Amino acid sequence: MTQQQTAGPPSAGHADLAEEFLDRQTPLSRIRNILHRYPALSPALVLLIAVVVFGLLNDRFLRVENLSLITQQVSVVGTLAIAQTLIILTAGIDLSVGAVMILSSMVVAQLAVNNGLPAPVALLAGLIVGLAAGAVNGFLVTRFRLPPFIVTLGTLNIFIALTLLYSNGATVRGSAMPGLLTWTGTTFPVGGVRISTGVVVMLLLYIAIAFILGKTAWGRHVYAVGDDKEAARLAGIAVNKVLMSVYLAAGAVLAIGAWIQIGRTNAASPNAGVDLNLDSITAVVIGGTSLFGGRGSVWGTLLGALIVGVFRNGLSLAGLDVLYQTLAVGVLIILAVSIDQWIRKVKS
Amino acid sequence: MTMTEPAASHTATREPILKARNLVKTFGRVVGLDGVSLDLYPGEVLAIIGDNGAGKSTLIKCLTGAEVPDSGELFVSGKPVHFKRPQDARAHGIETVYQNLAVSPALDVASNLFLGREERIPGPVGKLFRVLDTKGMRRKAKEELTRLGISTLQDVTVPVENLSGGQRQAVAVARAAAFGSKVVVLDEPTAALGVRESNQVLQLVRDLRDRGLPVILISHNMPHVFDVADRIHIQRLGKCAATITPQSHNMTDAVAIMTGAATA
Repeated sequence: MTQQQTAGPPSAGHADLAEEFLDRQTPLSRIRNILHRYPALSPALVLLIAVVVFGLLNDRFLRVENLSLITQQVSVVGTLAIAQTLIILTAGIDLSVGAVMILSSMVVAQLAVNNGLPAPVALLAGLIVGLAAGAVNGFLVTRFRLPPFIVTLGTLNIFIALTLLYSNGATVRGSAMPGLLTWTGTTFPVGGVRISTGVVVMLLLYIAIAFILGKTAWGRHVYAVGDDKEAARLAGIAVNKVLMSVYLAAGAVLAIGAWIQIGRTNAASPNAGVDLNLDSITAVVIGGTSLFGGRGSVWGTLLGALIVGVFRNGLSLAGLDVLYQTLAVGVLIILAVSIDQWIRKVKS
Repeated sequence: MTMTEPAASHTATREPILKARNLVKTFGRVVGLDGVSLDLYPGEVLAIIGDNGAGKSTLIKCLTGAEVPDSGELFVSGKPVHFKRPQDARAHGIETVYQNLAVSPALDVASNLFLGREERIPGPVGKLFRVLDTKGMRRKAKEELTRLGISTLQDVTVPVENLSGGQRQAVAVARAAAFGSKVVVLDEPTAALGVRESNQVLQLVRDLRDRGLPVILISHNMPHVFDVADRIHIQRLGKCAATITPQSHNMTDAVAIMTGAATA
């Protein structure tokens, strides 16, 4: 910004001086500007510090097996958080992500095991469930103009009820499923470390969504809609179409999350993952994506999910009670949002 | 103040770029527009003034597709048109800068200029993966800003929220004037700006006019209107009370017509 000011017309010297006075940079404001420009920087620093500290506290922490375990532990939440990021970028919020994922996983498991459908067909049905759930959320948000919070609070309960009705509350064990369904739970060795297939699927999703958000017109429209809906509409963007497509994309991501969940837990359980809704929001917020929309990235979300995973794992290795993990996550959320608010104060 | 001949003299001979006839728009029992006609000629600045509730905004919205008039006709370059959405007006080269500054703060200048009409990289990769041509759009954004004579925006990669009010307005005006538009509509472009920034925007309006682009300017600010306008359309109670020029009337006359204390 300083360069711009000095590049201004020389005739308006006084006004420029005044503006430079207002813009005068302190070391703190310089840090703030850098964080503003690169929103994934602060979660990256937090993750780095956390890894170093937990590594010093317990030498088991930095072992590759443990680090591999952390990535497996975050693979489900990490995937749900991709869907959550998409929706939060549009200034929405999705409380139903966990419920949609569980519903999709139950449909996949039941169709494959109880109805004997081939595994690819069952997975396709799961994808359709995810898309349909996204369509319901998107339809209510765009057509009835209901706040996403209320819509997804309602559908959260509806999807939980549907899941329990459909499954009669019964868990389907992984041993009964065709191999393709639990494929995401298998591991393969890479130079002595066992890497989970589910983690790879999650990372591929991150790469795909990051590419779409960063490099395509659709991605830019998602940011524009979240930034200022009215401005986007006036710029000729079909806001409702963009919102609808975001909810559909989120539904598809959740269906893939369901697949990863089946592999990770080696089961499809209707009672699993009710708290995954809030965990996904936590990952997004800690990852530096603004709850007010239009700002953030999926890479930040991945970092956010890893931070939560690292804290939980590190604190339990340090021998602390599980309640302290929860407490630490709470503190992290508030810190992350405070930093976001502070960063947003850049020249406004 | 105008270097050109008085606009009134060529209105009889030239074909208006934008022509509206008997526009009517009601909102329930409220009459927003009560049979308004308007002509916009090439290379002129037409100001629209009027008291609150006189129908300025409704008139503009009908001209730019944001509202659909109940009845009346619109012509662009002599051809009848019907705008159902702002995109329809855009497709006919009518670009609008709204009062609330329709720019996306978190996106950079180039992204804002191309918002809603992004370009992909040429070739199969761009088609298949729909990859945006970020570099190309930045280059074209710079060229377009230079062509429009907007010098306040040096760096097209800065997020718009880091710009001053005048610079943001310049982004919005540039977006409206760029890429072969025929008419630029500015709704209260100086309302939120300081003196120096207002002057920059008014200069921008003159520059656009001098490049042959007709401008419709809605403003409450009489000195600004009399400074840049070639003709002034005065709305009163949903009707056009008069169309005057800065040469034929002074500001006091205009205010008198606006409030109904006098007629043209």
